[in-house]
Amino acid sequence: MNWIAIRMLTGDRTKFYGLVFGIAFSTLLIAQQMTILVNLVQRGANAVYNEYSADVWVMDPVTRTPEVNFAMPETALDEVRSVPGVAWAVPHLRSAASVRSADGDLEGVAIVGVDDTTLIGLPHKMVYGTASVLAEPDAVIIDDVGAGRMFGVGVNPVGQRLEMNDQRAIIRGVVDATPTFTSQVFLYTRYSRALSYVPGTRNRLSFVLARAQDGVTPEVLAKRIADQTGWKTRTRDEFAYDGIMFVIANTGIPFNFGITVALGFIVGVAIVGLTFSLFIRDNIKQFGALKAIGVTNRKIAGMVATQAAIVGSIGYAFGILGSVVFIYWFEKIKPEFKGFYSPWQIPLICLIPVIIILAMTGWLALRSVMKTEPAEVFR
Amino acid sequence: MIGAVDSKVAIRVRNVSRDFQAGQNTIRVLHDIDIDVQSGELTYLVGESGSGKTTLISIIAGILWPTIGEVHVFGQDIYALDDTELVKFRLANIGFIFQQYNLIPTIDAASNAAVPLMARGMKRSEAREIACDMLEKLNIADQAGKLPSTLSGGQQQRVAIARALVHGPRLVVCDEPTAALDARSGRRVMDLLREVAVAENRSVIIVTHDNRIFDLADRILTLDDGRITRDGTNLSQEG
Repeated sequence: MNWIAIRMLTGDRTKFYGLVFGIAFSTLLIAQQMTILVNLVQRGANAVYNEYSADVWVMDPVTRTPEVNFAMPETALDEVRSVPGVAWAVPHLRSAASVRSADGDLEGVAIVGVDDTTLIGLPHKMVYGTASVLAEPDAVIIDDVGAGRMFGVGVNPVGQRLEMNDQRAIIRGVVDATPTFTSQVFLYTRYSRALSYVPGTRNRLSFVLARAQDGVTPEVLAKRIADQTGWKTRTRDEFAYDGIMFVIANTGIPFNFGITVALGFIVGVAIVGLTFSLFIRDNIKQFGALKAIGVTNRKIAGMVATQAAIVGSIGYAFGILGSVVFIYWFEKIKPEFKGFYSPWQIPLICLIPVIIILAMTGWLALRSVMKTEPAEVFR
Repeated sequence: MIGAVDSKVAIRVRNVSRDFQAGQNTIRVLHDIDIDVQSGELTYLVGESGSGKTTLISIIAGILWPTIGEVHVFGQDIYALDDTELVKFRLANIGFIFQQYNLIPTIDAASNAAVPLMARGMKRSEAREIACDMLEKLNIADQAGKLPSTLSGGQQQRVAIARALVHGPRLVVCDEPTAALDARSGRRVMDLLREVAVAENRSVIIVTHDNRIFDLADRILTLDDGRITRDGTNLSQEG
């Protein structure tokens, strides 16, 4: 009987395509919006993951994220270095600044001061140049997405001169970094040089990045540093999570994307529900005849479920494929989408609304079939 | 004939009445019907529109519960069965031919004819094979692979007959089988039905008001306002 159900479904091409389109469109909308939401929110963690050699971030107790920080005195670095279990600890500065380009444009940038000696704090992969160019006078390294934004996509910015806080900066390299949530232009320089680029205040040390010795876990070290120094400490993953939660709590993004996801669901219900009802209405005489002949309600329910499952599977597959292709394509052509990916959990999560849509519309359709008296085929 | 008791009785209807609700009012469309139909008989139910013949055939076929009364089909009190048992009984014992054929438009003639067998759980290929044999008996084996929309009205009716007979039911009920056909095709279909469906251990009941085929009946029951008003065979001459 399932074969008959499939033939009934696919025989009416217009409605079949309509049903598949409804599910595919709904899945695409939900999956694509959820993927963008997850990727955007995860950007709250990117500043932490761009520097992945530090196990523990040490900061002022009021600091919340890499961007929302409050500076500590320079002595904090020595305090951390004195804690047993610390393999190394380096200063790290993150601050906002305004930069003026050679042609007079003004741009808000983020200055990142990395350790003078080890260059810890600089993302590891370079697009142009090498990390060692930071040893040169006034040298800064710009992030690749920021370079595209300031100088145009595909333009090599090496050699460009900038002005920050009355100081000269020369771009000597381009680093491959995943954009952060704010999508600011990042300029990396040595810590000692960074101090001259940000306005002079008494305390300018944003973070101390520390690595645990072998045999000491980041969690143990973080607690030990906090206990001994009184500074706030977060392991890398904890601090990345803080960044994500900050975005969720302080922006309207989840709400806005949530609305679009809900719209996708409603559109799915509307299109699929309407088309499924039309399909069932067109076939109600046949279903009535089947019931009269002796096909049980259970088998009829199985037929409708088969139809829903087929429409759902095909539509869902197209929707997820469309979402993956969209993200993959945009990641390639739009710098703002750099680092976007399709988490494997999204298709699984999308299955839930698809199943709900099909269950709701299938149930409504089935109800009308069940309510059909077999005797009606004689009228 | 009414009230007779013998082993050849295929259908026994006793004191059957049926009410329908129309708003606040209850309308009785069948009044204390008592009939016996013999095996091997081709019986017509005739009457004006609204006389209750479709309601009666639905009750006899086990698809509409009577308000009161009993219906025995080949000895089985069908309304004593629960829903599932009744559905199974219909599938095993009753073949249906509908006025509008109600063929599934997206499957071919052989598959349409094979539906009752597939509903019993038979494999599609096997069911189609049996259905093709039945189509051959009805002289439309060459149309087996065609969709209903490509067949003429007479051919569709034959597919519907094949579907009604393919699983060897003991009772065949037909609703206006010739209404959509011209006189010649109608007679041909009725000849065919008599030839294939009417047998010693089978019974065929036809609802019709097509007086062109009255002469083919073994027995004609006339319904008027929900009551059997005439039981005979020579209605065409009388009417």
